[in-house]
Amino acid sequence: MQNQKLAKQLMKKSKTARYERFGHLLSLSALLLIMAIVLGIIVFVATKGLSTFFNDHISFKDFFTGTLWNPGTKTPSGHQAVGALPMIVGSFLVTILAAVVSTPFAIGTAVYMTEISPKRGAKILQPVTELLVGIPSVVYGFIGLSVVVPFVRNTFGGSGFGILSGTFVLFVMILPTIVSMTVDSLKSVPKYYRQASLALGATKWQTIWKVVLRAATPGILTAVVFGMARAFGEALAVQMVIGNAALMPHNLVSPASTLTSVLTAGMGNTVMGSLQNDALWSLALVLLVMSLFFNLLVHFIGRKGAFKK
Amino acid sequence: MQKLDQQSDRFIYEFNPEETPITMQTKDLEIYYGKSLAMHNADIQFEKNTITALIGPSGSGKSTFLRSLNRMNDDVATVNGQILYQGVNINQPGIDVYEVRRRIGMVFQRPNPFAKSIYDNITFALQRRGVHSKKVLDEVVEKTLKQAAVWDQVKDSLNKSALSLSGGQAQRVCIARALAVKPDVLLLDEPASALDPVSTAQLEQTLRQLKKDYTIIIVTHNMQQAARLSDYTVFFNMGEAIEYNKTRKVFTRPKMKLTDDYVSGNFG
Amino acid sequence: MNRSQKQSRIAIAALRGIAGFVVLILAFLIGYIFITGLPNVSWHFLTTPAKAFTSGGGIGIQLFNSFYLLVLAMLISLPIALGASIYLNEYAKDNWFTGMIRTAIEILSSLPSVVVGLFGFLLFVVQFNYGFSIISGALTLTIFNLPLLTRNIEETLSGVSDDQRQGGLGLGLSKYETIIHIVVPAALPGIISGIILCSGRVFGEAAALIYTAGQSAPALNFGDWNPFNIDSPLSPLRPAETLAVHIWKINSEGIMPDLTKVSSGSAAVLVLAILIFNFSARYIGRKVFEKMTSI
Repeated sequence: MQNQKLAKQLMKKSKTARYERFGHLLSLSALLLIMAIVLGIIVFVATKGLSTFFNDHISFKDFFTGTLWNPGTKTPSGHQAVGALPMIVGSFLVTILAAVVSTPFAIGTAVYMTEISPKRGAKILQPVTELLVGIPSVVYGFIGLSVVVPFVRNTFGGSGFGILSGTFVLFVMILPTIVSMTVDSLKSVPKYYRQASLALGATKWQTIWKVVLRAATPGILTAVVFGMARAFGEALAVQMVIGNAALMPHNLVSPASTLTSVLTAGMGNTVMGSLQNDALWSLALVLLVMSLFFNLLVHFIGRKGAFKK
Repeated sequence: MQKLDQQSDRFIYEFNPEETPITMQTKDLEIYYGKSLAMHNADIQFEKNTITALIGPSGSGKSTFLRSLNRMNDDVATVNGQILYQGVNINQPGIDVYEVRRRIGMVFQRPNPFAKSIYDNITFALQRRGVHSKKVLDEVVEKTLKQAAVWDQVKDSLNKSALSLSGGQAQRVCIARALAVKPDVLLLDEPASALDPVSTAQLEQTLRQLKKDYTIIIVTHNMQQAARLSDYTVFFNMGEAIEYNKTRKVFTRPKMKLTDDYVSGNFG
Repeated sequence: MNRSQKQSRIAIAALRGIAGFVVLILAFLIGYIFITGLPNVSWHFLTTPAKAFTSGGGIGIQLFNSFYLLVLAMLISLPIALGASIYLNEYAKDNWFTGMIRTAIEILSSLPSVVVGLFGFLLFVVQFNYGFSIISGALTLTIFNLPLLTRNIEETLSGVSDDQRQGGLGLGLSKYETIIHIVVPAALPGIISGIILCSGRVFGEAAALIYTAGQSAPALNFGDWNPFNIDSPLSPLRPAETLAVHIWKINSEGIMPDLTKVSSGSAAVLVLAILIFNFSARYIGRKVFEKMTSI
């Protein structure tokens, strides 16, 4: 019967169906590969980083509170000299200082771009920030080295290398990141918020300060955290201007170091599996954990922000 | 034709399959979006080589119904019941949806030419099915574009991007594209809603021509269009087929008050 | 004028000042890079190998290495990013698995590049024993590049109208055929812009490379294009210092007499290349789109 013939034709698995299965699996495996890479990074770095504590039996206390960094040797008090505190303090200092300096500039610029002169914002400042984002960090480092360091040296004395120079360089580096994300969050504030506020007789500034910025706060916070994450993880630009002395920073213009600067400077000079090497991996682990923490923070702010609406 | 009053609140014609060739038929159809029932009570038979119009207010389920007929709803809705295509239930496990959709083609609301040349738009699906003979493809292009009544306008620019076509031309190229895989049913989901009146008239003319070779089912929100174009009309409301009859009767002597209200514009 | 109006004026003037200051910073940066750098750039500079102890060295090999690594990294990452973005945009359902994968990609994109570099060092250089080499560098850059490229392509794909997908499915094509042959071509202008933008980022990256592609640029024999010879430019197993790494390296420990000249020239070339990437991304994307829709 004709019906049965047709039914048979329709029930046969077509080449198309097999192709679909193949394509589905292919794209899924690409995704799983990325997933595996992320897991791989976390597992590898964690394993290497933790072996300082479990293979070389360094105590967490020595690592996180010790101030003498010279793995392989001992401190005068007989502990292993793997105190990472100077680098941890250095990293946090440059990050926080850079964020503190950048944030007002970034918010100001973003407000100008969205609220005061959107036309000029789109025409000049938008491309300007995009360009700044695109400049590679070694170029920032190079300019830091040839402009910022001499400037700091001549103004504040000392060698010019140190936290202050690092802060200056990072300030310029993270500025565009924070600006462009802040602009996005300001743009997402509904127009009628502004209209309602202006209609109530508020001045433009009052509207910006009390309504727009208030509504965009979660987005701005996210932007700042992103900027901080970038600053915390930046390696070469900072390494080039901070002086690379693994010492507790006494002031802002004395040579200091960050987690990333010690890592980049030191990794090439140690032997795999040695305490010197393991200790460096522990620094990398701290970097990784902080990066995860910043991620978590962004999620947390996002959720809070979403909840408020 | 055998008339049958099923229930007092609905009026659905039933054909006698011995006398009338039926291309498609739905039985006990239930369509769910998640847990909400979007369509039921819609047992409709579609006669071969006719145009059937599906009308009804927006949200009445007419598009949902249409898109189930070639299982385009697979990813978004759960469809229970039987959809018979030449007597074979195509809504059962094991059926190859790609083969179903090749035989039951579809043209959409907005013209959606692919970012390819006009020629490739039409031949692409055939090429994917292993037809590579230039001669065969050339013939298909000419034949389908003629069927879709757009050959004269585009025959000199077959290698140009289909994205450069005007709405009316693009929609007819899309019809030609659907015809190229040799379906015998053509489903059209408000195909003229994005077109100007002149293009719409041309499109209707094209569809009248196509009726000779295809069974056509068309969703439209334009009642004049349904009245002008179709042989049969189904009126949907709130996820049910309320009235199914010859188009002339639906528009001049509707059996149901709801239908009367809708076609005379007193709806709502 | 009352007090709050006065306050508003002052505040807005201050904001203008801040915005102007930011523009000044950029103008200074770009100006500084080009004014100090470009005079040092010549054909000779762009084509001769670097010199470690004497002046007159160029950046020829570094420049070649940068482009070679970029091309390799893009060739490897593009299919992976395309596959992943296709899955995310077209197949993934909104469930915990998708959420987890999206989080993983976010984590990868926010990882410090030095951590990515160290992972590449551990896996490719040490574990796989590729040494400091082009291949180690290219694979590491791939990891660095994947999250951003995936996100870019996914955004472009999601911008393609659903009508296109429906059109393909309506012809009896599979979802995958529809995506590969209809959706991806429709998204092509955006995908190309995305690739070029990512290229700029990859081109300027150094931290991920210093311990993978290495910090030395051995002489190359540009007459020998057999990739199996170690001094062939195409050899995947030779160490390859890139331009960005070169800038870092000579500024950290360079001792050639014309150090400032070389590094400012290199920085100018690097920034110029990235500017070209950025502008051409828009231009080429637009051109491709015009070509696709042309009459």
